[in-house]
Amino acid sequence: MVKNIAIIGDSESVKGFGAVGIDAFVCDEIESAVSLFKKVTNQERYAVIFMTEEIFSAAQREINKLTEMTVPAVIPLPGARGNNGIGSKRLSAFVEQAVGSDILFK
Amino acid sequence: MAIMNVNPTRMQMSKLKKQLLTARRGHKMLKDKRDELMRQFIELVQENKKLRDKVEKELSECNAHFINASAVMSRQTLDSSLMSSKQQTGIDVKSKNIMSVDVPVFETVSASPDEGDIFPYGFAFTSFELDDAVSSLNEVLPDLIKLAEMEKSCELMAAEIERTRRRVNSLEHVMIPRYEETIKYISMKLEENDRSSRTRLMKVKDMLLEKAHNYSDKNES
Repeated sequence: MVKNIAIIGDSESVKGFGAVGIDAFVCDEIESAVSLFKKVTNQERYAVIFMTEEIFSAAQREINKLTEMTVPAVIPLPGARGNNGIGSKRLSAFVEQAVGSDILFK
Repeated sequence: MAIMNVNPTRMQMSKLKKQLLTARRGHKMLKDKRDELMRQFIELVQENKKLRDKVEKELSECNAHFINASAVMSRQTLDSSLMSSKQQTGIDVKSKNIMSVDVPVFETVSASPDEGDIFPYGFAFTSFELDDAVSSLNEVLPDLIKLAEMEKSCELMAAEIERTRRRVNSLEHVMIPRYEETIKYISMKLEENDRSSRTRLMKVKDMLLEKAHNYSDKNES
């Protein structure tokens, strides 16, 4: 089963990804993040969906619905505007969920 | 701890004993599963953390490259250069089973056969900064896919560990004590019944003997 990769983010952050074979979806307004994310996931073409951190936190609720499924993997990445640590926080949250408290990254 | 609402019979007790045995065995197996999952999860999540730090650093370098490129080129040329991509990175999705958790395995299948064929534009009107930017991004790509695979695995395993832990705890602290107490209650009740019927029999025996031999009359005379 061959699938593709998508990235959703502001135009500044995603523009380079188109060149390396990732389908880039530009989302400059946070408000349209959820609908765009739904559009991207509905196609079921994508195994990996990267999102910039702002978009990721905006569409958090929709993303949580896909937690139990093997694909797609929805992964936050720092955008051009810098890193606000959502990725690391997410890892800590996994540890906390599994172990009961964050024993690794404190 | 509340006991179950059951009839105190021998039948019921042997049924409960069987259930307790099953519960104990299930508890042991689930505990083993949880421990092994936890071990693998911790390993994976530490690796994941390292990879994420690396990728985030590389990405910020990429972004710096792109900013350099946009500084020397006009926005229109930059955007149009990047617009028409020749290659479409596909990934082959397989799945791997780690302690009954299905985690994805991503294998990259690149559409363009030539490794060096990553630039979607001619070199005539673009700057070398853009080449740098695109090639640096291309180098991050395998790491990005690896990161996606790992983070998804961590996510799935964390959920499974939580579920297993709940099951283990409920067996350990609720189900098994409840079975034990109910069995104890039934056995006490049965013993109590036993004793009461025994005393009754002794009493009846006394009464019968007395009637047959008239002990009390003889004693008096």
